[in-house]
Amino acid sequence: MRRSFKFSTSTVRMAELAAVPTVARVRSRRRETHDTWTLSIDAGEFAFQPGQFNMLYAFGIGEIPVSLSGDPVAAGPLVHTIRAVGDASRAITQLKVGDPVGLRGPFGTAWPVADSTGSDVLVIAGGLGLAPLRPAIYRLFAERERYGQVALLYGTRSPADILFRHEIERWRRRLDVSIEITVDHADLAWHGHVGVVTRLIDRAIFDPDHTVALVCGPEIMMRFAASALRTAGIAPECIYLSMERNMKCAIAQCGHCQFGPVLICRDGAVMRYDRLQPLLTAREL
Amino acid sequence: MPAAQRSVLTIAGFALLVDALRARAYRVIGPTLRDQAVIYDDIGSLADLPRGWTDKQEAGQYRLTHRDDNALFGYAVGPRSWKKFLHVPEQRLWRAERSAEGMHVVAEPEPAERLAFIGVRSCELRAIAVQDRVLIEGSHPDPHYRARRKAVFVVAVNCSEPGGTCFCASMETGPRAEGGYDLALTEIAADEEPRFVVDIRSEAGAALLRELPHRDATSDEIAAAETVIAEAARKMGRTMPAAAEVPALLRRNLDHPRWEEVAGRCLTCGNCTMVCPTCFCTTVDDIPALDGSVSEHVQRWDSCFAMDFSYLHGGSVRASPRSRYRQWMTHKLSTWWDQFGSSGCVGCGRCITWCPVGIDITEEVAAIHATDSSKA
Amino acid sequence: METRGLDRLICEHAFFAGMSPDHCELIGGCARNIRFDKGAYLFREGDPANEFFLIRHGRVGLELIAPGRGPVRFLTLNPGEIAGVSWLVPPYRWLYDAQSLELTRAVAIDGGCLRQKAENDHDFGYEMMKRFMTMLVQRLHAAQLQILDVYGTHG
Repeated sequence: MRRSFKFSTSTVRMAELAAVPTVARVRSRRRETHDTWTLSIDAGEFAFQPGQFNMLYAFGIGEIPVSLSGDPVAAGPLVHTIRAVGDASRAITQLKVGDPVGLRGPFGTAWPVADSTGSDVLVIAGGLGLAPLRPAIYRLFAERERYGQVALLYGTRSPADILFRHEIERWRRRLDVSIEITVDHADLAWHGHVGVVTRLIDRAIFDPDHTVALVCGPEIMMRFAASALRTAGIAPECIYLSMERNMKCAIAQCGHCQFGPVLICRDGAVMRYDRLQPLLTAREL
Repeated sequence: MPAAQRSVLTIAGFALLVDALRARAYRVIGPTLRDQAVIYDDIGSLADLPRGWTDKQEAGQYRLTHRDDNALFGYAVGPRSWKKFLHVPEQRLWRAERSAEGMHVVAEPEPAERLAFIGVRSCELRAIAVQDRVLIEGSHPDPHYRARRKAVFVVAVNCSEPGGTCFCASMETGPRAEGGYDLALTEIAADEEPRFVVDIRSEAGAALLRELPHRDATSDEIAAAETVIAEAARKMGRTMPAAAEVPALLRRNLDHPRWEEVAGRCLTCGNCTMVCPTCFCTTVDDIPALDGSVSEHVQRWDSCFAMDFSYLHGGSVRASPRSRYRQWMTHKLSTWWDQFGSSGCVGCGRCITWCPVGIDITEEVAAIHATDSSKA
Repeated sequence: METRGLDRLICEHAFFAGMSPDHCELIGGCARNIRFDKGAYLFREGDPANEFFLIRHGRVGLELIAPGRGPVRFLTLNPGEIAGVSWLVPPYRWLYDAQSLELTRAVAIDGGCLRQKAENDHDFGYEMMKRFMTMLVQRLHAAQLQILDVYGTHG
């Protein structure tokens, strides 16, 4: 059975395709920071929800899970933001325009964007965590009138590590969203906040009884952010985290992404904090 | 079952059963004797079976000894399970071919092999059903496992001689074979002229039996078969304590001091995961050819005891032996329920027998139960 | 007149929320209004830690200079927060720089004066300690997170 990068959308084929990659092509690449790139990939017709991920394949090396970081409603190539931390991610970030890349997906659960209409929404991103949240941000901004207060709180290592900087500056020009950025440390050219992202939660404006929080970043940061959100009075059922574990198959058959009772490829990555809280406090789970 | 529906197969008839399956182009797998253990492998005829042998199993111990009779199936289970043939240890999933025009991905075709299993015990039937749930009843069925599974012909055997580490009765997975087979045999009269009382479960089983010399079972023979099964349930070597409460017990005892204690003994060798008939974890290797023209994507068995099983961000999430032992045992007995709606354990006892230091999960559960740190 | 206005500013400041008017008056006796232009330093590393500052308007950055690395800012403080904790414990010396990032209005409070009043009136001292302890615990937790460099790659 040969596959090129066009594929049918029948249900049976989709189930099979989830196990075998299609071949897509890199349409464009952009360097975001010293170790992070955004690749847009032509994969034909492809629908996804904000928060979902694909398995991208680097020839001869292997597959890695990569969050979709583009607008789920926009037609055109699929946008992925990748940090080069290992052999496969490094190889994928070095692909050139026109290069083939293997692709399987989309997998995983979605940010509850449609279900949060009528609520205030806090989007809390740490480091690379802004990438899996960006599709949700696009949807929130596109249908702004359906939500209450909307705020993006973004923490990262230093000003040089700010992702999507120009886009954030464009977002900042909107009058109807609050965007606060903080860094762990900075030189004096930075005039913004310095300190942990949880400090931004203390200063954000929202009604804790009618707020949904979407949180994505390193696990330590998510734990402390969730704790600060709880202290601020938001119920655990209204807080969503995007979890991460080792992943090989993405179809709930290899066992690697287990997190206690949860299979992150199937029950996550986006999960509700009421379910996660007892698991997050267990060490080495 | 009414007497009219049960037949008796003699040893001669059983020999013809094996021949008939081979004549139908099945690859026949059954118990053989190798390396001082009962190992499921290809069998050509009745002569390949470990007739007249039995096993003595204890924690960390396995010995074969001669029986006083000629029973064909007078032993329990050995280190190999049927997963070796269904969820095979190594399976190419696809290969990527690279050329000037780009890349093509070629999926591995489904296997055409037809397998016939002889001597599948009740715990093993349940184990196969457990793996079915994981591998073909989810949203992305594994086509290779499914193809082998759909084509397999199963001759089950009701245990007459449970092992010292068996606990299927307390797990409610045996000793009687309840389904998932084509024919089930209960060996009776092993001390005189061994023969089999046959249960038929499928059309294919009925069709095969029709080709073999058989007769109706007498009421004595049926009673003898029932006695074998009842005795087997009585002779279990072990029990899983309070089996119905185990999932919740382990869920609320993730910090029990027993985990540290068992970690002091566990070598994290992973034997338990290799012999367990339900362990399904795999990893993938990418194997490029030296000239870079093709790369194979090959799935192989993995174990949660491996250090890099939980590798993330430069290290393992489960680095300590304590966390890895806890992962295996709580997955098998507790979180498997959350993930797949059943227990992962079928009470076959292999993990107890083949652990080099004799760790016994029934004993570990009992220890946690005894000092349960917080009642439900 | 000025003192009563200061007392009220102190009592209205988020850090001293819930303080009794009498206690605010005690603090007011050690306090004065102060403003810092953008770029001015509230205090510098090594100087005696005589005063601390309630930030009313503006923003303050805490910084350290590392050789070869230049000044590194590790915390920004906003209205409602306190700049300066080294006045609480001997040797009463500032351990880093505090720079005004924009025009900042503050209430400067004499540390020595306040320590003496706390010695004389333990109820007052306890009210002060409760508030400072809460802030210090929060700063400590935040600093721990920053040390972990959660956004970095490790291993």
